[in-house]
Amino acid sequence: MSAHLKQDEPVTSNRLDGMKQGIVGQPLSRVDGLAKVTGTAPYAAEYKIDNVAEGVLVTAPITRGEVTSIDKDSVLSMPGVLAVLDDERLTTRAAQGTANEAPKQDPATVCYWGQPIAVVVAETFEQARDAAKHLKVEYRVHEGAPLDPHQVAPEEQEDETVNQGDLDAAMARAAHTVDVEIATEGHASAAMEPHAAIAEWRDDKLTVYASLQMPNYNIAELADSLGMEESNIRLVSRYVGGGFGSKLGISEETVAAAIAARELGQPVRVVMSRQQVFQCIMRRSETTQKLRLASDEEGKLDGFAHHALVSNLPGEEFAEPVLQSSHFLYGGENRQLKLEVARIHRMTAGSVRAPGEAVGMPALEVAMDMLAEKSGVDPVELRLRNIPDRNPEEDLPFSSHKLADCLRQGAEKFGWDSGPRKPRQQREGEWWIGTGMASAARVHNVGEAKAHVTLKSDGTAVVQSDMTDIGTGTYTIVAQIAGEMLGIPIEKVLVELGDTKHPRGPGSGGSWGAASIGSAVYVACEALREKLAHRAGTSETELDLRDGSVVGGNSLVELLDGEDISEVGHYEPGEIADSHTASGFGAFFAKVRVNRFTGETRVDHMLGAFGFGRVLNEKTARSQCLGGITWSIGVALTEALLFDPVDGHLVNCDLAEYHVPVNRDVQDVDVMMMEERDPVASPIQAKGIGELGMCGGAAAIANAIYNACGARLFQYPMTPDRVLAALPD
Amino acid sequence: MRPFAFQRPDSLAHAHELTVPEDATAVAGGTNLLDLMKLQVETPERLVDINRLGMTEIQETADGGLRIGALATNTATANDDRVRADYPVLARAILAGATQQLRNRATTGGNLCQRTRCYYFTNIDQPCNKREPGSGCGAIDGIAHLHAVLGTSPSCIATYPGDMAVALSALDATVEIASPDSDERSVPVRDFHLLPGDTPCRDNVLERGEIITAVTLPRPVKAKHLYRKVRERSSYAFALVSVAAIVAVEDGVIARADLAFGGLAHKPWHDARLSELLVGEAPSAALFDKAGDLLLEGARGYGENDFKIPLARRTLAAVMAEATETEI
Amino acid sequence: MSKTITVNGTERPIPSDPRVSLLDFLRENEGLTGTKKGCDHGQCGACTVIVNGMRINSCLTLAAMHDGDSVTTIEGLGTPTSPSPLQVAFVEHDGFQCGYCTPGQICSATAMLDEIAAGFASDASEDLLGEMQASPEEIRERMSGNLCRCGAYANIVTAIREIAQGDA
Ligand SMILES: Cc1cc2nc3c(=O)[nH]c(=O)nc-3n(C[C@H](O)[C@H](O)[C@H](O)COP(=O)(O)OP(=O)(O)OC[C@H]3O[C@@H](n4cnc5c(N)ncnc54)[C@H](O)[C@@H]3O)c2cc1C
Ligand code: SF4
Ligand code: FES
Ligand code: FES
Repeated sequence: MSAHLKQDEPVTSNRLDGMKQGIVGQPLSRVDGLAKVTGTAPYAAEYKIDNVAEGVLVTAPITRGEVTSIDKDSVLSMPGVLAVLDDERLTTRAAQGTANEAPKQDPATVCYWGQPIAVVVAETFEQARDAAKHLKVEYRVHEGAPLDPHQVAPEEQEDETVNQGDLDAAMARAAHTVDVEIATEGHASAAMEPHAAIAEWRDDKLTVYASLQMPNYNIAELADSLGMEESNIRLVSRYVGGGFGSKLGISEETVAAAIAARELGQPVRVVMSRQQVFQCIMRRSETTQKLRLASDEEGKLDGFAHHALVSNLPGEEFAEPVLQSSHFLYGGENRQLKLEVARIHRMTAGSVRAPGEAVGMPALEVAMDMLAEKSGVDPVELRLRNIPDRNPEEDLPFSSHKLADCLRQGAEKFGWDSGPRKPRQQREGEWWIGTGMASAARVHNVGEAKAHVTLKSDGTAVVQSDMTDIGTGTYTIVAQIAGEMLGIPIEKVLVELGDTKHPRGPGSGGSWGAASIGSAVYVACEALREKLAHRAGTSETELDLRDGSVVGGNSLVELLDGEDISEVGHYEPGEIADSHTASGFGAFFAKVRVNRFTGETRVDHMLGAFGFGRVLNEKTARSQCLGGITWSIGVALTEALLFDPVDGHLVNCDLAEYHVPVNRDVQDVDVMMMEERDPVASPIQAKGIGELGMCGGAAAIANAIYNACGARLFQYPMTPDRVLAALPD
Repeated sequence: MRPFAFQRPDSLAHAHELTVPEDATAVAGGTNLLDLMKLQVETPERLVDINRLGMTEIQETADGGLRIGALATNTATANDDRVRADYPVLARAILAGATQQLRNRATTGGNLCQRTRCYYFTNIDQPCNKREPGSGCGAIDGIAHLHAVLGTSPSCIATYPGDMAVALSALDATVEIASPDSDERSVPVRDFHLLPGDTPCRDNVLERGEIITAVTLPRPVKAKHLYRKVRERSSYAFALVSVAAIVAVEDGVIARADLAFGGLAHKPWHDARLSELLVGEAPSAALFDKAGDLLLEGARGYGENDFKIPLARRTLAAVMAEATETEI
Repeated sequence: MSKTITVNGTERPIPSDPRVSLLDFLRENEGLTGTKKGCDHGQCGACTVIVNGMRINSCLTLAAMHDGDSVTTIEGLGTPTSPSPLQVAFVEHDGFQCGYCTPGQICSATAMLDEIAAGFASDASEDLLGEMQASPEEIRERMSGNLCRCGAYANIVTAIREIAQGDA
């Protein structure tokens, strides 16, 4: 049986609030927690499959050109080597999120340094790794591949372009203006689990254990890559060691493992090395952003312009959506927005946690800080003054809007001093101390989702979907929603995710997972409740369930009377997505210290206040925010992909030299969750939370650096060399 | 990793014998060598595990110094009571490096011999004169963020990346080396690492088959010991610039100033002229500035690493100010 | 010369290919996949195990170098039915998200608490000679060899603090 909800209207019934189990929202520990802390949760490379051969990808040391020959014999005689495959179906780029089709294949054509061109398979990992290094490959190099985004004529992304009113006139008449260029460097997802896949064939049926965020799309991507039917493929991705965009689409190891396993007639595992993960999975594009703000005497915006230049490989549709929240975060009648893409030969640019806002907001919010300074308006107050009533470009209502609350309450909790601000007011020994703040915004998305919920005759429930939990807490919140709706404690709900033998979930990406899969579960449970109500002789809305019984009535076991009942819940976003602007909002406050000799910056305290609809689990939601804030520190201070100017290869392709924040970089962190019900966002009134925590946080740190020491930096990350270069005197 | 034979000598003499051939390499903690072997930057055909040769003791020497065995782990050294009390600059430098997990394996000898972190050196598909003499230097025209500003050559601008040796250089410690065909020889740490010149493939003075047996510290001196490491995250990152300083002030003038610098050159940088300049003078911002001028006299940046010149100057001033309790 | 490693109390033979890292030995030969491979180059800490009482990166050492040694992995610290106090505290305080760095964090933290008790100093220790405390700053520094890309650091510190204070 199945139940369907296409959301065209706001859902204000807030049904979850009326349920009696009382577990939704509670800070319950993760249901998969013990498996993870005891090392018993299996990740992609860890399924115990007999007789598995090991594949290692071979990558090209050229920027652009063709493979002219591969001397397979150069390695086939090495001990243990089973095969060298350069099958034309091998993929050479990671698929973009929601691509639903094969990414670029044709391994003989090289488009970036480090691109996979073949896979070597051997009996053991050591044999395969050594052989992969030994393989003799000849290339014809196509010289002159463009590498610098500033040296090529960019392509405008026209659907992002806005020209509203007369910006130049607004700038000319403004009491205060800001006109600034801010750059961000490329970022890597650097999920801790490297990309890995084990492929196994039984006749024409393929099973792949892989590390994937969106099996619901990945299955089509793999099927298309291999030229086979989805129905012959099963993907298993029960535990994913972090994704952050890098596992949205299938990547090279998955297809390679499938092809090799077929060829050899035995299971094959391909695990990328950390260096390969850096070199041939998604990067976040570097950006060059130009912001122009025009305000009246009181700081109210009249003109707003945000231009961004990003890059990608030729042929890729994705363009880092830098302007995403700039379209609606602040008012201003006269608007100019433009996004351009430069085609260069670096590895594919794609989604890395919070694509768009992760870098757009840090730039915008530095510009706002500059406007606050020019206009003499307190930075918090400046933001408050510029919150629009409706989306200023599309004249749409907001689904809900927590920015003002987050700004006010965040400021209060942080102890924000709204007095006049001047740099270099506080010093402790070698350190200047300062504070800064920024708004947070991240568009809200939802995706179509299905979930199969079975209420078993013993009063337990099973929820199944190919949805993944990439650390987001999905296992737990799904169990909470089902338990809440069906009136059973969380221990009695078994959640099975990450397996395409189950109905299609939404996948984990764009922070949409929880709201989407949660809604599918909700829809299924509503239908189950109908059935139960019927059996209990009441109506669904009157049915109160708690701890396995109708409150004051029969137990579920009695109602079910030996029968299992089940429903597939099917949720689809409807027209409502076009009639409202839905976004998460928030505010960041940071206190930093900057060493006046060395330019080193430490973030002593960071507070984030966020409004993202219903909180489904206070503990895991808070963790998502902490994660986002940690990433904000990385964006602000440490993370940068460094590309060689001669051949465009990524030089810092490991975790020693690409600096993700370490434990000591994260000092005191506070998270405030401003609960709300967003009736538009989803039928369960929840919005995405996984990314909001890093959408602007870096600017709070940048603004605090300025406040601390007077160095206004226009380039992230703000490493000691850059801070020193920007210090006045 | 290339296949190799795993060998374990039972005596120092045996270790010499096993490590003399070109294709043999000694392994201690393995935290640097195995890293590079996986990348095929190092490709020994024989790996000689010297871990069972003793050499782990930390003992006082006859003249009141301290002898640290080549196989003492970095953790053992940093936590030795005598090191902590009498040579805190050494404990501090070790603790500022790597992580506890790595320091638990890393050894005195291995740490001294650790190779550069130059990105081109560790990528076998890039040119590098150190790894492959004559292939060129990828860093000079590439990303030289980590690279040297002092003592570079047109062949190589790599840095020695370690921390411990910077403190050892300030302490004027001595490396004890057992050679295959003679007895022990002693080389001051300050002379142990080489500048790249035309032979960047040579990091230090060790000859084939030689084994470091210990590092000897001179008798402790009463002074302030500081180790300052500037890095791009608050832990688990190599130094952009580091300063080891052993400084004493008596009657308002600097009585001792033994300084060494990391992150600036192919070796821990020690310039005897600094101590000559500083000793006998009253500490002041102007004096520290002069010291900076002297230190960086011949410095040359390669674009990406130009910042190291002002950074070294400022870090030197900060350390001297702290050591001499001077407000600058 | 013995050619075995004691893994969680059981003697196991060392594989014949000397290239096998201690990490791969545990994961592939022994099937102890609780120990994770995040980088294979000593840069992340996911592979942290405890050898003869000391935590190390199992990726940067060879199984062959450990004959006669005693290794404790995450599986040896606790099981789902009988978790260690730190494992429980990590669950309670949500000291992880994706869970991939987690076994390494917990092995690391387990050894770290012993190190503090034994008086080992760290870069965060103000006084090298004083008694060592499990202060937040000390924990942060001492746990900085275990990257967590999910950004669970704040909760990791809380979880460890709870156990450290319980011990005191
Ligand atoms: C991610 C990462 C971060 C790090 N961060 C830092 C840091 O911040 N600061 C820092 O200083 N270091 C750092 N290190 C480096 C670390 O300190 C070194 O790897 C370690 O000290 C090497 O010691 P080992 O005993 O493991 O050497 P091995 O890897 O065993 O050997 C290294 C070299 O020394 C030779 N060798 C070893 N012992 C002897 C001997 N007795 N006689 C002759 N030759 C010998 C070997 O043949 C080999 O060539 C880091 C390492 C990693 C992986
Ligand atoms: S700087 Fe030295 S180590 Fe680096 S690429 Fe050049 S030659 Fe090689
Ligand atoms: S896998 Fe060993 S430190 Fe990363
Ligand atoms: S929990 Fe995902 S990396 Fe730490």
